[in-house]
Amino acid sequence: MDNQLYLSSSPHIHSGETTERIMRLVIYALLPAILLSLIFFGLPALSVLLICTLGCIGFEALACRLMKLPNSIKDGSGALTGILLALNLPASTPWWISLLGAAIAILIGKMIYGGLGYNPFNPALVARVVLLISFPVQMTRWTAPTPLTSGIDAVSAATPLGEMKTAVMLTGKLPEMATSGFLNYFSGNIAGCLGEVSALALLAGGLFLIYKKVISWHIPVSFIGSTLAISAIFWLIDPSKYPNPLFHLITGGLVLGAFFMATDMVTSPVTHKGMLIFGFGCGLLTILIRLFGGYPEGVSFAILLMNAATPLIDRYCRPKIYGQVEQQA
Amino acid sequence: MSLKKIFTRGLWKENAVFKLLLGLCPVLAVTTNAENGLGMGLATTFVLLCSNGVVALMRNIIPSGVRIPAFIIIIATFVTIVQLVMEAWTYELYQALGIFIPLIVCNCLILGRAEAFASKRPVFSSLVDAIGMGSGFTLALFVLGAIREIFGSGELFGVTLFGAGYQPMLLMILPPGAFISMGLLLALMNKFENR
Repeated sequence: MDNQLYLSSSPHIHSGETTERIMRLVIYALLPAILLSLIFFGLPALSVLLICTLGCIGFEALACRLMKLPNSIKDGSGALTGILLALNLPASTPWWISLLGAAIAILIGKMIYGGLGYNPFNPALVARVVLLISFPVQMTRWTAPTPLTSGIDAVSAATPLGEMKTAVMLTGKLPEMATSGFLNYFSGNIAGCLGEVSALALLAGGLFLIYKKVISWHIPVSFIGSTLAISAIFWLIDPSKYPNPLFHLITGGLVLGAFFMATDMVTSPVTHKGMLIFGFGCGLLTILIRLFGGYPEGVSFAILLMNAATPLIDRYCRPKIYGQVEQQA
Repeated sequence: MSLKKIFTRGLWKENAVFKLLLGLCPVLAVTTNAENGLGMGLATTFVLLCSNGVVALMRNIIPSGVRIPAFIIIIATFVTIVQLVMEAWTYELYQALGIFIPLIVCNCLILGRAEAFASKRPVFSSLVDAIGMGSGFTLALFVLGAIREIFGSGELFGVTLFGAGYQPMLLMILPPGAFISMGLLLALMNKFENR
């Protein structure tokens, strides 16, 4: 029976693209930001990173075992979720919060839906938001960057967005740091989550991903573009009350969210048109939450809300089948 | 059907919350702690008991064309009684449950039992059915309230359970915590029942 003719349906040529390769490339793209966060925040950042990543891998293995699924930790998605979660936490996060976050991300954010590919929401963001709502004190105890060499354990500080919100609420005016001199935040001198530390490093990683064709430009461009455009409108209306669009761009988690979280293939629309709508919605919600909402930062909420809208967007952006004649009404 | 079966059916096999998913609005809204859950469950059980009894008594008088309005008026009467009694004697609980006490009127468990059971059965078995269904409802609210209170504020009936190092998980006493714990509870039950 050796010379039997094997028949299979198309496609016959495979691009070699696998889940493992994509996850590996995304992790590579995050390396500059990870390195910078380690330099700026030192050992606490390392422990948060390790606990989240190892925790996610561990919980995924456990869940696969309990659910009698083939072990999926090798595809790297669990590890990536862990890294993204760590980048969304402050460096001073206690170990048990990091571990709980890993459990929520993997068990409630992903495996309960059936594993990778079935989750409607970005697992890392689910965990971040659950932790943020559950433990507001610990999750907003930000530390200013304290390099390993300085000899100080930690200096607490407000995030630029938090400082802005407090000042606007108390005085109705922007604080000075939001109107001038905020450009040095770009390279990474900023209090916040591990992954908020340097817009520059994240941007480099994001461009690498677009170059490697792991993500397309549509979501980041429309997300960041709409954030800039909408904040520019407010800024032009009253520059003493609403900050410069550039301030919105380089503070908070916008760059991390736009390149690494919103572009998650499982939870974002499939078509390019849908991606543009998705990105616009994220940008609009981010600005609305930042300027008028109760929380200083809105990127994670915005992405989760748009995740929920993804099936709807996909439905309305269904491409026309080639050769199909439009039905006469 | 034997009386024992009628009773145990409401308690577990056809549990209003965990099996039929009826009356979820108060279940999710008021179970921020065990006390509220228990209070709400008992209030609902009382209304269910009285309304089932009266509906069964009047089942041959009520014309079937207007039976739903008639049931609602009977139920609303007992809800008003419960509301006034709670306002007089358990004022704190009354305040904590708030709008959800008058809303017992539209709890579909109560109307459902009146329509499906009490309007066709004699008084005594209707009362047994009400006690079974009501205890099942109370049990569910108590379990959910206790779980949320333990995780969300580290207490049970207001008694602190853990040492000072315990950090309560605030989410659990907020609305998302209700949905998440309810969903996980149902999933666990399905897992163990379907074995």
